[in-house]
Amino acid sequence: MKLKLALFGALSLALAAPALAQKAVEVPGGKYAKEAEQMFRGSFRADNPSYWMTRLEQDETMKTCQQYRDNPPRKIGEKLEKLNAATIRYPVDGKLIGDWKEGEKLAAVGTGGHIGFIQPDPPGRVRGGNCYACHELAKKEVAYGTIGPSLHHFGKLRGNSDDIVKYAYDKIYNSNAFSACTNMPRFGLHNWLTPEQITHIVAFLIDPESPVNKD
Amino acid sequence: MVQRMLKTVVGVALAGAFGGMAIAQDSKVADELAKYREALADGNPADLLEVKGESLWSEKRGPKNASLEQCDLGLGPGKLEGAYASLPKYFKDTNKVMDVESRLVHCMVTLQGFTPAEATRQWYSKPGKESDIEALVTFIGAKSNGMKINVPATHPEEAKMAKMGEYIFYRRSGPQDFSCSICHGQEGKRIRLQELGNLTTQQGAGFAMKTWPSYRVSQGAVWTMQRRLIDCMRQARWPEPNYLADSIIALETYLQKNATGTVMETPGIKR
Repeated sequence: MKLKLALFGALSLALAAPALAQKAVEVPGGKYAKEAEQMFRGSFRADNPSYWMTRLEQDETMKTCQQYRDNPPRKIGEKLEKLNAATIRYPVDGKLIGDWKEGEKLAAVGTGGHIGFIQPDPPGRVRGGNCYACHELAKKEVAYGTIGPSLHHFGKLRGNSDDIVKYAYDKIYNSNAFSACTNMPRFGLHNWLTPEQITHIVAFLIDPESPVNKD
Repeated sequence: MVQRMLKTVVGVALAGAFGGMAIAQDSKVADELAKYREALADGNPADLLEVKGESLWSEKRGPKNASLEQCDLGLGPGKLEGAYASLPKYFKDTNKVMDVESRLVHCMVTLQGFTPAEATRQWYSKPGKESDIEALVTFIGAKSNGMKINVPATHPEEAKMAKMGEYIFYRRSGPQDFSCSICHGQEGKRIRLQELGNLTTQQGAGFAMKTWPSYRVSQGAVWTMQRRLIDCMRQARWPEPNYLADSIIALETYLQKNATGTVMETPGIKR
């Protein structure tokens, strides 16, 4: 009995320790968080178009990620992942592999979506996935970033099973369905890329003919 | 200034030599470094602006026909040495935490009689349109060259501003889910080939903050810290905060607090 109790105690301690460690991380802004939010909101011109100002809104994922400095406790992370997985939509024809050549173009484009009075994008500026900002992809492009993992040989290493194709599509559509508070944007959720454009990037990752899987 | 320029040239040459070994085949990087060296060959263009700022500082201007020589940037009227390195700080006379730019504008209004709108109309330069504020801030910044950044944020109002800056640093929003932290909260990462500093550490924040204001080769202009941070928000696809907005001053306080102890090397020259 005593042994059982001791074991139970040791186990609960072991389980509680990580939770306690996470609790010790203070919310950014501490006791001034609320005031800081008001101050931030009050920093913008009153004549900003309202669709600009909606970009300051935070959904539950953004708010929670900020609160935990992008490192939420696993339980809360799982909740966010379920929430985000439920947002994923697929192309009408159900085809998840598009044209890798289109995907290659989208992966390189880092422009689009800039607003403001000083240096907004000209009308009609192409919006891309900007994958190279954070990922290594085709060997020939040496100017790649390292915030995300290398995706070189993505298809060559993982194959092109339905599961892998769906994973690639889902991850691009809503990255937070897999790892809550990841640095990666949720391209589909925000309509930054259309489902069709996402299938092109999937093809760029998966297609054996894609430069990602050559060299 | 000459000594500083020499140091910069040697530094860039060394960086070029070491970088060159690792990325010998990368012609894009080589081109970029060549552009840097070319720009440095005749000195940092910001040095010219520093000279202009010096004369603007002592020139009698504005409705009150007064110079800025009595401006109190936190260390007493007219005391410039080390002032930039210890800003933002709390000022009793305005009951506000102010950065170098908001304090400078305050002096242009109170000493020279400009309206706030007049003083800030050209807060950043455009091709063919120079900015007095950029020149003055470059001059004031250079007066802290070689000194340690010193923003411990011990005054309660400063401590509060630093915390509010931290809040904004981690705040995620917009169509790309960005925050400052996702790119500047970890070690050893890059965007494309641009290396990113971890601004939550003294080393990372120090490396970033010590060289501002900075001449930006890609922009052909000197950028102040306000300009830098307002453009970060644009890159995050958010609307632009107003010039001198408290949220920018809060971010500056957070970053300068993190950077405290780092020796200034300003004006800098960057991509």
